[in-house]
Amino acid sequence: MQYAILCYHDENVVSAWSKAEDEAVMAKLAVVQQRLATAGKLGPVVRLLPTTAATTLRKDREPPLVIDGPFAETKEQLLGFYVVDCGSLEEVLEIARELGAANPGGAYEIRPIGVFNPGSARA
Amino acid sequence: MTDVSWIDAVLTSARAQAVAALLRYFRDLDMAEEAFQEACLRALKAWPKNGPPRDAAAWLIMVGKNAAIDTVRRRSREQPLPQEELISDLSDAETNTVARIDEADYRDDILRLLFVCCHPDLPATQQIALALRIVSGLSTRQIARAFLVSDDAMEQRITRAKARVAKANVPFETPSAVDRSERLAGVAAMLYLLFNEGYTAGIAEQGSRAALCDEAIRLCRLLLRLFPTEPEIMALTALLLLQHARARARFDGDGSVILLEDQDRRLWDQKLIAEALALIDKALRHKRPGPYQVQAAIAALHARAQRPQDTDWGEIDLLYGALERMQPSPVVTLNRAVAAAKVRGAAAALAMIEPLAGKLDGYFYFHGARGAFLLQLDRTEEARIAFNRAIALANTPAEAAHIRQQLDRLSAAAPQKNAGLAGRSPEAP
Repeated sequence: MQYAILCYHDENVVSAWSKAEDEAVMAKLAVVQQRLATAGKLGPVVRLLPTTAATTLRKDREPPLVIDGPFAETKEQLLGFYVVDCGSLEEVLEIARELGAANPGGAYEIRPIGVFNPGSARA
Repeated sequence: MTDVSWIDAVLTSARAQAVAALLRYFRDLDMAEEAFQEACLRALKAWPKNGPPRDAAAWLIMVGKNAAIDTVRRRSREQPLPQEELISDLSDAETNTVARIDEADYRDDILRLLFVCCHPDLPATQQIALALRIVSGLSTRQIARAFLVSDDAMEQRITRAKARVAKANVPFETPSAVDRSERLAGVAAMLYLLFNEGYTAGIAEQGSRAALCDEAIRLCRLLLRLFPTEPEIMALTALLLLQHARARARFDGDGSVILLEDQDRRLWDQKLIAEALALIDKALRHKRPGPYQVQAAIAALHARAQRPQDTDWGEIDLLYGALERMQPSPVVTLNRAVAAAKVRGAAAALAMIEPLAGKLDGYFYFHGARGAFLLQLDRTEEARIAFNRAIALANTPAEAAHIRQQLDRLSAAAPQKNAGLAGRSPEAP
């Protein structure tokens, strides 16, 4: 089964990292990702640009309203996600723990994927 | 990360918000700063044990406020501080005791804090020093190192700045819409100055001063999160990101400046460029043009060109023309001339800048660009004089070294033409 691991963290904290700190975290995450990729369990990995670059289309009204910024103003923000292919929730949780050890703070939401269309846009 | 480094990151990110709220309570910069320091000390004791509070800023504000009030009481009545346990127990208190300060309050607090630091009564150097001290939390020594002055001189500069701010009586009521937009403009200008302090540093100073660029960008993003619909703040952030994206390509192995045209564009940071282009797209939707949007658009044209010859100089010429109308200044005209030289030739460019000679006589870029135009027109003797004048005015050893290269080529008496400095767009009018 495929799962999305949605990564939430306080953007203020992440953006206070120095370039060196940021790269150190990414390097640690890359080790975990490499192992998953080798095992054929890793799907797309996405890191989003800061929420300041986000635009939201509120489509609950007509005409839809375009708003600057992210959809939800929360303490932690959605900063990226992984797609993994795993046999059980326990296995995903284990992966999430490993990723969490490489990148502490914030939370991972694990959501089973209903439809997965890899699309055609190039990485 | 070790225990202490996560606390460090949380304290850094919560600092502006916490100090800003404490400033609103105490209406005194020194007191707000002391209260925050005290709260940080207590955080270092309490957090490793209890874990980070859900809302670090709220925790620091409450603990800092109580600690400062205790200090005042102690000073007046010489009473001992309350038991440490009482304070440690407050770790979860933000959920119940502290009235949630809503986002709008935070927004005006942080804007006020930034505005206090760039108050119009303060000269630019004091504005930046004060912002780095108060908002960013850099030590006096770190700031002194960045500005290449002694610790004592920097201490004095900051003390004088605080005294002036105290006298200036910045109002603490919720600002009106007009006040708010004026403050925002002042803060934006200060952040641009801060960035340029780092940007104009030579390679030798990169360690201490390049961090100023990162800090300016961090504060810009913070400001943008508070004011997400301001196109000029989007554009300023984009402008800084675009300039910073070239950081790794700007110096050669010897520490000499590499001109935009000669930079290895593969070294440009594409992630920062992508973020900047997204912000410019967002800003333009608002159809409220402004100077930062024009400057960001110019920087974006450079960033989008895969090779120097792909640069759309015609569009850049037009954009500088727009900037001249919004913000007439000889420096903008000088920048426009650099673009015009590419589109209409060096003679036209020279004609544009000759009238500026009086106003820009003390300006490095003026003589550098003028020398390059003269060189292209084979007026080598005049070019030599202009380059010599530029060297005398260079702000950094790297700038001087670059002009010296031009002179060396001139002395080599090779008759070949050299586009040289004409490609140099200071982009920081």
